[in-house]
Amino acid sequence: MALEVTEARPLGKPIKRKEDARLVRGQGRYLDDIALPGMLYLALVRSPYAHARIKRIDTSRAKALPGVHLVLTGEDLAAKNLAWMPTLAGDKQMVLAVGKVLFQYQEVAAVVAESRALAEDAANLVEVEYEPLPVVVDPFYALEPEAPILREDRDPPSNRIFHWEVGDREATEEALRRSAVVVKERIRMPRVHPAPLEPCGCIADYQRATGKLTWYVTSQAPHAHRTVLSLVSGLPEHKIHVISPDVGGGFGNKVPVFPGYVCAIVASIGLGRPVKWVETRTENLTSTNFARDYHMEVEIGATEDGRVTALKVFTIADHGAFDAAADPTRFPAGLFSIVTGSYDFPTAFAEVDGVYTNKAPGGVAYRCSFRVTEASFLIERAMNSLALRLNLDPAELRLRNFIPPEKFPYRSPLGWTYDSGDYAATLKRAMEIIDYPALRREQAERRARGELMGIGVSTFTEIVGAGPSHTFDILGIKMFDSCEIRVHPTGKVIARLGTRHQGQGHETTFAQVIAEELGLTTDDVIVEEGDTDTAPYGLGTYASRSTPTAGAAAAVAARRVRDKARKIAAHLLEVAEEDVDWDGQRFHPVGAPARSVGMAEVALAAYTNLPPGMEPGLEASVYYDPPNLTFPNGAYICVVDIDRGTGQVHVRRFVAVDDCGTVINPMVVEGQIHGGLTEGFAIAFLQEIAFDDTGNCLAPNFMEYLVPTAVETPRWETDRTVTPSPHHPIGAKGVGESPNVGSPAAFANAVIDALAPLGVTHLDIPLYPWKVWEVLRQHGITE
Amino acid sequence: MRVTLTVNGEVRSADVEPRTLLAYLLRDEFRLTGTHVGCDTTSCGACTVLLNGVPVKSCTVLAVQADGGEVMTVEGLEQDGQLHPLQEGFWESHGLQCGFCTPGMLMTAYALLREVPDPDEETIRRAISGNLCRCTGYQNIVKAIRYAAERLSAAGAVAGEVK
Ligand code: FES
Ligand code: FES
Repeated sequence: MALEVTEARPLGKPIKRKEDARLVRGQGRYLDDIALPGMLYLALVRSPYAHARIKRIDTSRAKALPGVHLVLTGEDLAAKNLAWMPTLAGDKQMVLAVGKVLFQYQEVAAVVAESRALAEDAANLVEVEYEPLPVVVDPFYALEPEAPILREDRDPPSNRIFHWEVGDREATEEALRRSAVVVKERIRMPRVHPAPLEPCGCIADYQRATGKLTWYVTSQAPHAHRTVLSLVSGLPEHKIHVISPDVGGGFGNKVPVFPGYVCAIVASIGLGRPVKWVETRTENLTSTNFARDYHMEVEIGATEDGRVTALKVFTIADHGAFDAAADPTRFPAGLFSIVTGSYDFPTAFAEVDGVYTNKAPGGVAYRCSFRVTEASFLIERAMNSLALRLNLDPAELRLRNFIPPEKFPYRSPLGWTYDSGDYAATLKRAMEIIDYPALRREQAERRARGELMGIGVSTFTEIVGAGPSHTFDILGIKMFDSCEIRVHPTGKVIARLGTRHQGQGHETTFAQVIAEELGLTTDDVIVEEGDTDTAPYGLGTYASRSTPTAGAAAAVAARRVRDKARKIAAHLLEVAEEDVDWDGQRFHPVGAPARSVGMAEVALAAYTNLPPGMEPGLEASVYYDPPNLTFPNGAYICVVDIDRGTGQVHVRRFVAVDDCGTVINPMVVEGQIHGGLTEGFAIAFLQEIAFDDTGNCLAPNFMEYLVPTAVETPRWETDRTVTPSPHHPIGAKGVGESPNVGSPAAFANAVIDALAPLGVTHLDIPLYPWKVWEVLRQHGITE
Repeated sequence: MRVTLTVNGEVRSADVEPRTLLAYLLRDEFRLTGTHVGCDTTSCGACTVLLNGVPVKSCTVLAVQADGGEVMTVEGLEQDGQLHPLQEGFWESHGLQCGFCTPGMLMTAYALLREVPDPDEETIRRAISGNLCRCTGYQNIVKAIRYAAERLSAAGAVAGEVK
């Protein structure tokens, strides 16, 4: 059986993944698989308190333990001016606590020892005396005048991090006043965690002789990390070599820089030996970046016949102790302004206040293009509340309000220019697959029998592919991405990109793009990412940006190679360049298909037999600055049955119709959809990083923070419509995050639809069985 | 302490601390890094290996408990340059994305197919419920295991005896 599919014209085909050859053999090389000679291990001492003054740290017993090489505290780092580091959101974060701790599990000291276990032993010997301080858990309380100020380093002293607003407040308020119907809802998207199966970690390897630091790190953005590291440490950037090896899932978790990384680097530079730090799952869930934690209030206006008139949103964003989001500089609330979704709102206004609390820092874009998940959840929930009030079917309400295809490119009231979409077609496809009218009939029958069946619709629009450099940067670095292609003399290709995949299949999909453009097969193309000494500079893989940016760079670079190849082909075919045709696989003289040359012959000639005056070689390098973002969309329909005895929700069916423009590899796209839906399911039903009143994290491991197993996970039904992006070189849009962005609302809408006859208009996720059961109990209908 | 065990058919020894876990003996001492560690509460199954034919979470087995035993890891699946049908199935069916859960999944599935050569979807889902995957949503993993079951029954063979 041929596992290596060698196919001509590979674009759009379900080519098996090249990366799997090593991964199914257990021969991936993940961070913790790397062992360097003389390597030491680092463990962190963490705070048991959420807010406390540090009175004393005694490291003497730890230092005395044989095999311990170094113990670092915040004071030690302060002496090197490294006690604080900048976050990607423009705030700063303590590397090791100085003076006080601000969240439970905060990094207080670092210990470096001969082995992993010894480092843990020594960490336990570090004695820290704390004086507990009053704790702020509730972000609304944090803004009250009597709340203690958490960040004494801030000027002026306030727990408010930022206030951000977009849209026309007055026009929106006026439109709401004039609207026949206005629905208000408070909607919370709780704190969750990306929790990739591989935790975060790094190995810092500083060579004193050369002054070069090699930094192996679980990184979704190795080039950006190199620059940040250079700025923070003062090490010259060409002497920092960042290697992001195979990454065991990222989902946004592996975008920021963490205190453990900085400690490992400081230790390696100080000791002249490689130092490895790998976090435990508990450290992952409690300290390295949560997501969401948005407390939203929405008002949506409509006419009596269900045309939306205005949308107003007020949000409190709980960022924890430090704003460690990874949002583009000008967007402290990310791309939340996509909140008008797929609907043609005449006017809208949104404001977000960022707030400090005594919780772990973050606000990362978890499988999400910067707060798009929060925005989509909000609008898709709000549309359902509006449908309930208007007594309209939620699918019908959506069909009445979609931005019509002829309005694209569509300028949204909050300032985005949507590239393309046919929302009604996508929704109708989903309704047809699931036979929506039949479901509604079945629901009516079941309701009459007292059964609780719900149907949830979500028709979201995403905004991905950050982004055009006029608008997007992170710490000043423009958010382009890159691809460099070299064609070897025998026509084989190596391509390197500035992104870093973590399971998305770039080694295959980008090879498909390049092979398609060059008339080769994917076997002829090797794709490499993640090594900053070899790959061109790029901003990395997150926010579904790889295909819109680096994927576009790959296509454009391949076309540049082909342009030169055409000149060489003309020389080989002894015709003028204008008289050369490209048939998708070979060059031939116009009107003479029998005579032809392919890329292999052209490549050889590029090194051996060039037209006079032409520069040798066949390669191209492209930094692609996208003209706009891409706007994938989808229509998801979920059917649930609720057990009246237990409150347990059973997802009976889930149909996901996605439109991500041109599809490069349908197998990979479907895999992304399955995975994202499963994470959306988890967010809707199982997961929350909650805290008690004293700031103790209540979900610090996989016993409390539930990842769905194969048993709970529903079976997914997928399909697609294809509306290409008009500005992307191959018409593709990002897709990896759509299912995670669009599905939570479909689940929640289904459950609330089931409970609607009881008068329920909203319930906050996660929809734990007890929460649903409590509603049933209040209405006296538990079995 | 000295432990000696057979790993993928090869006798291997190492000096370990009493507290050393089997996962770290395999990874750090024997450099068999296909066995992964993804949690600290015995929840994820990324570390699953077979110990005396039974799937165990090697993060929760002491190396000394495996002394004298037989261990099979993901590295033992391929025989004579021939991928095991399960490995083929995961590749064919897109049963992996980041690949971090894959070795543990493969070992659990291997044990399942030896017990139940022709499992239905429910049986497969129950059998792999101690192995978490954050990427795939399991649907293609189920497909991959069915693929292997069919290949193995077509070959009239039992998992482990296929060459
Ligand atoms: S590492 Fe998670 S169960 Fe063993
Ligand atoms: S493939 Fe990534 S965890 Fe399963």
